[in-house]
Amino acid sequence: MSGYLLRGVSLLGEAQVDVLIDGGIISEVSKKPLAPTGVHTIDCDGLVALPGLVDLHTHLREPGREDSETVESGSAAAALGGFVAVHAMANTNPVADTAGVVEQVYRLGREAGWCDVRPVGAVTVGLHGTQLAELAAMAHSAARVRIFSDDGKCVADPILMRRALEYVKAFDGVIAQHAQEPRLTEDAQMNEGFVSSQLGLRGWPAVAEESIISRDVLLAEHVGSRLHVCHLSTAGSVEIVRWAKSRGVMVTAEVTPHHLLLTDELARSYDPRYKVNPPLRRDEDVMALRQGLADGTIDAVATDHAPHPVEDKECEWSSAAFGMIGLQSALSVVQTAMIETGLMTWSEVSDRMSTRPARIGSLRDHGRPIAVGEPAHVVLLDPRGKSPFTLENNASLSTNSPFIGMELYGRVEATFLRGRATVLDGKLAG
Amino acid sequence: MKRHLLSASDLTLEDAVLILDTAEELAKLVDGPVKKLPTLRGRTVVNLFYEDSTRTRISFEAAAKRLSADVINFTAKGSSVSKGESLKDTALTLQAMGADAVIVRHSASGAAHQLAASGWIAGSVINAGDGTHEHPSQALLDAYTMRRHLRDGKGDLAGVRVTIVGDVLHSRVARSNVLLLATLGADVTLVAPPTLIPYGVEQWPCQISYDLDKVLPRTDALMMLRVQGERMNNAFFPSTREYSRGYGLDDKRVAALSSKAIVMHPGPMNRGLEISAGAADGLRSVIVEQVANGVSVRMAILYLLLGGASIEEVSS
Amino acid sequence: MDAALREVLDSGDINRALSRIAHEILEKNKGVTDLVLLGIPTRGAHLAERLAKAIESIEGVSIPVGTIDVTLHRDDLRSRPARALLPTVIPVSGIDGKRVVLVDDVLFSGRTIRAALDAMGELGRPAQVQLAVLVDRGHRDLPIRADYVGKNLPTSLKEHVRVSITEIDGNDSVSISGTPGGSE
Repeated sequence: MSGYLLRGVSLLGEAQVDVLIDGGIISEVSKKPLAPTGVHTIDCDGLVALPGLVDLHTHLREPGREDSETVESGSAAAALGGFVAVHAMANTNPVADTAGVVEQVYRLGREAGWCDVRPVGAVTVGLHGTQLAELAAMAHSAARVRIFSDDGKCVADPILMRRALEYVKAFDGVIAQHAQEPRLTEDAQMNEGFVSSQLGLRGWPAVAEESIISRDVLLAEHVGSRLHVCHLSTAGSVEIVRWAKSRGVMVTAEVTPHHLLLTDELARSYDPRYKVNPPLRRDEDVMALRQGLADGTIDAVATDHAPHPVEDKECEWSSAAFGMIGLQSALSVVQTAMIETGLMTWSEVSDRMSTRPARIGSLRDHGRPIAVGEPAHVVLLDPRGKSPFTLENNASLSTNSPFIGMELYGRVEATFLRGRATVLDGKLAG
Repeated sequence: MKRHLLSASDLTLEDAVLILDTAEELAKLVDGPVKKLPTLRGRTVVNLFYEDSTRTRISFEAAAKRLSADVINFTAKGSSVSKGESLKDTALTLQAMGADAVIVRHSASGAAHQLAASGWIAGSVINAGDGTHEHPSQALLDAYTMRRHLRDGKGDLAGVRVTIVGDVLHSRVARSNVLLLATLGADVTLVAPPTLIPYGVEQWPCQISYDLDKVLPRTDALMMLRVQGERMNNAFFPSTREYSRGYGLDDKRVAALSSKAIVMHPGPMNRGLEISAGAADGLRSVIVEQVANGVSVRMAILYLLLGGASIEEVSS
Repeated sequence: MDAALREVLDSGDINRALSRIAHEILEKNKGVTDLVLLGIPTRGAHLAERLAKAIESIEGVSIPVGTIDVTLHRDDLRSRPARALLPTVIPVSGIDGKRVVLVDDVLFSGRTIRAALDAMGELGRPAQVQLAVLVDRGHRDLPIRADYVGKNLPTSLKEHVRVSITEIDGNDSVSISGTPGGSE
């Protein structure tokens, strides 16, 4: 038996259909019950089927920090979160700034087999922001890199940013900018505002993000290039992207699940699990981000899954590392912030978490509808009730998530990658 | 009172007045023939200092010893910032020693909160200054000093006009004072160049002014904050001379104060920068008295946090 | 449980008892020389003031009165949260070489008096210490006895003695609640 019959599944949260997965593709979709033989049948009563999710922003830490995550463990967490493809950020050690490193990550992803691992190439050598990395070599390698980013660091030098935007046009690449003006954020610890003023933590002002996005959309317009903005976090950033899109600038943008739900008030605990970059912002920002995601100004939800070893979080806030893990909780957090609030439908969630991210990453095989003849990348989720996210069911090597120990909306029941189940009954199927 | 003293905002009006009243009574005792009280016999108080601060450490040590507590000084050279022993490991060590209270001074904002919230130690945590966050015992001794001079050592500070001048942005003393003084009913005005006022300050319970000379005649207690000359390298002000001209307390400005106003400084002073020698040593200055009051106030804090039953003792 | 109050001393009784104690103090000390009264807050402090007035009206001389708070010397501090301190006011003439009369409202276990003796030990070295109480209800835990007693009041441990004085409670009265020897 190799195929799967999804019996009575709610397609994008709407009509109930039977879906037959066979030979790596969707072979039948029918409103009438199907009765094929020789396949596994999954009773999907109450379950929602979405196209397999695509993450534009994942830190897998390999090579270099295999104590906090490996390609194997991170992509397993991705599969459990309903992802079929992830983009592995370049800030590894060594940095993914050569064809050799991106091919290694790509190969490790294939060997693990939990999802498609698409390496992101560094924009500049060593992420130092001074000299362009060999972008074309990475693009033409076996890893076929299309997204380039110095994520974790901003390409702050305007001339370097302009050249990078221009250069990647030759192979339909895109620069994914971590928008953070470095001088305005030296030693910054959290959002600059009332809370930071009280906590005595150095502020990370919204303008440090917005000024870079403003500059970059104008640069992208000027040179006619594609720009992708990583993890928008402020209401002002949403406004700027909305304005740029209205002018026809080829800009796309992402938001993390945590920025859709959490605010800087949480820093009052001084619990470094809430220390992320960009920082958690005000309630007004959260509302603007949700609105931006709902109206399509923001194209994608991207996890910014950032594993860190315990000792980098069990310390003083100011010496703690930035970031939280997010692959396994992403869909739950999106359900909480967008579905339970009535701001978005499951169809729109699939657009922001599968269709558009696949398009931004130039993944032709992903982000396709669940329709006959399409590659069988499917996630089955149970949106009813809550389920616990625990240290036991966390597949990441790291535990830096404030959601661990909480009951979260929804549960990923199964994930199919090219018709092969990577997750069944909420557990890794291997 | 809460079990820990981490922020001036942990104190209600009743708590704050209780601490000040208790300090008054203790001061009467220790200013007289009584050098030592048996109250905290058998209790262990740890001074955990990650940052050099001889004056604060000595003040807490004297306070604890006068109440007969056992005092352990733990000077942690370097924190996890400099790859020394982590806060967690140090805390676990102190817990093993059976500390009833840990008085912590740390360069990282929030370090005291983390110690208290971590579950690593069972005792009370007293924040003796954390980064640019808070220094609540300093605010209490400042309030005590103001109350003695301006309110006869009784009640709250309703209507007392307090002006705090200088590097508010980097000052834990200012943060704790603004919170505590608001609780006690004082009217606080912060005076500094706009670069040294924190972004987000509009929501603080105080007024802001950029003009010291305008505020001086309407001041009952004038608190000068330490300003580091190196700040000018980060463009907070153009030069120390320009800073002193605008915001330094010199003899002429002292003369503009009302006849009953007092001059305060949490120390250590930068004479010639934020305060002139004449102002620091003049008749209005209560700076030396602040140091003496620190011991009484810290005795009161230790007595009220440790003198009674701990939470475990009450529940058992 | 019924907490019925039985009044055992009224205002007149209390005045007469204090007046008698004043005479006894003068008699025992052969006058007012070197005499100092120290009341234990809060009610003992007011009783000390009243005794001083009574002595003054008899002898025509005012004697030094102070208060001594025993909180910091209590042996039961850890049985409940830290309590507020009460004033300690030692007369300017001090207590060294004096005849100190400690004044309290109720003598019970004797622990408060022990704490007062300890507290006094920090403040000076009196020539002699005496004890005056309005009510002695028995049940001593320590070898302590009063020199002057307003009223001996045999009680059961189940009972509660309540002293009210005008300065604090608005009226003068001593009453007992609970039942003598009664079970729970």
